[in-house]
Amino acid sequence: MDAASETHAHDHGHDHKPGFVTRWLFSTNHKDIGTLYLIFAVIGGLVGGILSEIMRAQLQFPNNHIVADGQEWNTIITTHGLLMIFFSVMPALIGGFGNWFIPLMIGAPDMAFPRLNNISFWLLPPAFVLICIGLLMGESGSGWTLYPPLSSSMYEAGMGMDCTLFALHLAGISSLLGSMNFIVTIFNMRAPGMTLHKMPLFIWSELVTAFLLVLAVPVLAGAITMLICDRNFGTAFFDPAGGGDPVLFQHLFWFFGHPEVYIMILPGFGIISHVISTFSRKPIFGYLGMVYAMVAIGVVGFVVWAHHMFISGIDVNTRAYFMAATMVIAVPTGIKVFSWIATMWGGSVEFKTPLLWAVGFLFVFTVGGVTGVVCANAGIDQIIHNTYYVVAHFHYVLSLGAVFSIFAGFYYWIGKMSGHQYPEFWGKVHFWLTFIGVNLTFFPQHFLGLSGMPRRYPDYPDAFAGWNFVSSIGAYIGGIAFLVFLYVCYRTFTSKEHVADNYWGEGATTLEWTQTSPPAFHTYLELPRVS
Amino acid sequence: MQRSYSPIKDRIIDLHDLMLVIITVITVFVAGLLVWVIIRYNAKRNPTPGQTSHNTVLEIAWTVLPVLILVVIAIPSFRLIYYQDRTPDPDMTIKVTGHQWYWEYTYPDQGNVGVESRYVADEDLKPGQLRLLDVDNQMVIPVGKKVRILTSSTDVIHSFFIPSFGVQRYAIPGRTIETWLEAKEAGTFYGECNQVCGQNHNRMPIAVRAVSEADFNAWIEQAKKSASAARLPKLAAN
Repeated sequence: MDAASETHAHDHGHDHKPGFVTRWLFSTNHKDIGTLYLIFAVIGGLVGGILSEIMRAQLQFPNNHIVADGQEWNTIITTHGLLMIFFSVMPALIGGFGNWFIPLMIGAPDMAFPRLNNISFWLLPPAFVLICIGLLMGESGSGWTLYPPLSSSMYEAGMGMDCTLFALHLAGISSLLGSMNFIVTIFNMRAPGMTLHKMPLFIWSELVTAFLLVLAVPVLAGAITMLICDRNFGTAFFDPAGGGDPVLFQHLFWFFGHPEVYIMILPGFGIISHVISTFSRKPIFGYLGMVYAMVAIGVVGFVVWAHHMFISGIDVNTRAYFMAATMVIAVPTGIKVFSWIATMWGGSVEFKTPLLWAVGFLFVFTVGGVTGVVCANAGIDQIIHNTYYVVAHFHYVLSLGAVFSIFAGFYYWIGKMSGHQYPEFWGKVHFWLTFIGVNLTFFPQHFLGLSGMPRRYPDYPDAFAGWNFVSSIGAYIGGIAFLVFLYVCYRTFTSKEHVADNYWGEGATTLEWTQTSPPAFHTYLELPRVS
Repeated sequence: MQRSYSPIKDRIIDLHDLMLVIITVITVFVAGLLVWVIIRYNAKRNPTPGQTSHNTVLEIAWTVLPVLILVVIAIPSFRLIYYQDRTPDPDMTIKVTGHQWYWEYTYPDQGNVGVESRYVADEDLKPGQLRLLDVDNQMVIPVGKKVRILTSSTDVIHSFFIPSFGVQRYAIPGRTIETWLEAKEAGTFYGECNQVCGQNHNRMPIAVRAVSEADFNAWIEQAKKSASAARLPKLAAN
C-alpha cells in the first residue's frame, strides 16, 4: 500500500460511518451487527415475555378462559420456548455480546468473516417471522421439543408447524455460521502475545459455546429435516406404522437439546466472571480451573442427553449411566460457583448494578443447580419428569441464570457500547423488581411440581390453585420490571453524559477498556501487544 | 409432595428427603458465603483488595467434596432405579393404552376385559367429584397386589403418571413400556396425562380405585358382562 492510500484509509477508517442503509442493512462491522443482535434479542424477549404473561394470566385461577382453546395454548407454550431460546437468550449472549466484545477483548479489528457475520444475523429476522406465522396460525402445538407423532402431519396438519420447523432451520444455520466465525476469529486473530491461557474468560466461554453449536446444531438440523420429510414427503423416520420410531427423534433432539442449555448459559459464565472480578477489584480466582471447568461442562454436556428421557422406556442400565453422568456436571459447576465467591473474598466489593445482577445470578444459579441434581436422579425423576418442578428448575438456570447474566452484561458494558451511562438508581430498581418477581414466580413452581402438577396444562385441578396464584403475581412483577428495563434503556440513550474510556476503574483490566466509549467505528488500527 | 400409597413412592420419598436436606444445606451454605462476602468485603469495610488468585488446597477441596456428596447421593439412587424397573413377581397385568384424549385399561389376565376412561366435563360433575381429576370409568386394582403396567398408545405420546404411587411412563405408539405399582391401602388415587398430547392434554386424567380382592373379582365379573353386553348389539348390527 502506498503512502497516499494509507493516509486515505486512515482518514476514512477512523470514524467515517457509512449511510443508514449501508451501515445497518449491509453491515459488516462487528459492533453494528452486535447492536442489531441485541435489539433483536430485546424484541424476541418482549414477544416471548408477553406470551408468558398471557400464560400466567390464564393459570392464575383454575377454570380461567383467557386462552380458550387447548391447541392455541399449546402453540403459545411452543412459541414462548422457542422465542426465548433462539430469539432472545442466544442472540443476546452469543450474537450480541459475542460480536461486540470478542474482537474488542482479543484486540482484533473485526471478526474473521464480516460478511458471514452479516448473513448470520439476517437469517434470524425471517426465522422470527416464520415462528410468528406458526404462532398466529395456531398450528405449532407440539411443545418446543417438537416430539412426533404430535408434530407429524397426522396430528398437526397445518402449514404453521412446517413454518416453525423451517424457522428452526434458519436459526440453526445462523448459529452455525456465527459460531464458525467465532472459532476462526478466536483462534487466528488474537493480539500478539495473547496465548490461549491469557484469553479473557468471556472469550473462553464463547469459544466453548461455539464448539458446542458446531457439534450440536447439525444433529437438530438432521432431526427436523427428517421430520419435515415425514410430514411432507411420505417418509416414516418417526412413524411406527412405517417402521420408524418416535423415540429416535427424542434421542436426536436431546443430543442437540442438552448441549443447547449449556450454549445458553456458558457465555453468561464468562460475563459473570468479568463483572465479579471488576467490582471486587481482584483478578478472577483460579483462572485455569474456571477455563477447564467450562471445557469440562461442554464435553460432559454432550453425553448426558437421555436424562430427558428417563421415562421413555429406555433400559435401566442406560438410565443408570445417564444419571451418573449428569450428576458429574455438578462438579465443574460447583468449581465455578466457589471460584466466583473466592474472587469476591478478600476483594473490595462495590455494589454497582452489574454486580447486583452477578450476585443474584450466583444465588439463582445455585438453586437451579441443586434442583438439577434432583432432576438428574432417575428414580425421583419418575415423579417430577414433565411437572412444574422441571419448569422451575430450568427457569432458575435459564430464565433467571442466563437472563441475569445478560442484564449483568448489559449494565456492565452499556456505557462502553453507547457512550452513555445507565441511571444507577433505576438499574437497581430493575434488579430488585426482577429478583423478587422471578423468585416469586418460579420458587412456588417447585411445590406445584412436587405435588404433581403437569406442565403444559392450560387448566388444572383446583388443588393447585394457591401456588399458581402466587406464581402469577410474581410474573406480573417480573413484567413490570421489564418495563423498568425499557425505561432504563430510554434514559441511557437520551442521556447527555459521556463516559470515560474505563469508567469502572482499576478492576476492569481487559482490552475493551483501552478503547474509547463508544469505541471508534474501526478499532485496533494498530494491534495491541499483550504481555 | 403427595402422600405415598405405594412401596415405590415410599422409597422415592426417602431418597428425596435425603436430597432435600443436602441441597438445602448447599444452598444455604452458598447464600451464607454470599452474604458474608457482601458484608465483610464491601468497598467501605475493605478498601484495599487482596490479590489472592490461587489456593490449590481450597480448589482441590471444592472439587473432591462435591464428588463425595454425589457418591452419597448416587448409592441409594442406583438402588432405587433398579427397584423401580421391573415388577418383582407380578400378580396381574394391566395394559394401559393412551388415546387422544382418554385412557383405556385392559386386563389380559381376566379375559382381556377392558374399560375406557374419560374425564367428567365440568357441567356433568356430581357433588364431591373433582374437576379435571374424576373420570367415568376408573381403573380398578386389588390392594396389596403387584400390578404390572404395560403402556402403549394408538396415536401420539402420552404419559401415564400417578404421583401418589410414584409411577410414570410414557405411552408411545409402536412400543410397550413396563412399569409397576402396588397400592398399600384402599382408596381412589389420581394422576394425569403428563406428556403434551394435543388440545385436550389436560382432560385425560387417571383415576385408580384400589379395592379388596373380593371386590375386585366382583368388579371384573361385572365388567365382563357389560363388555359383552356392549359388544353384542354391535355384532348384531354387522
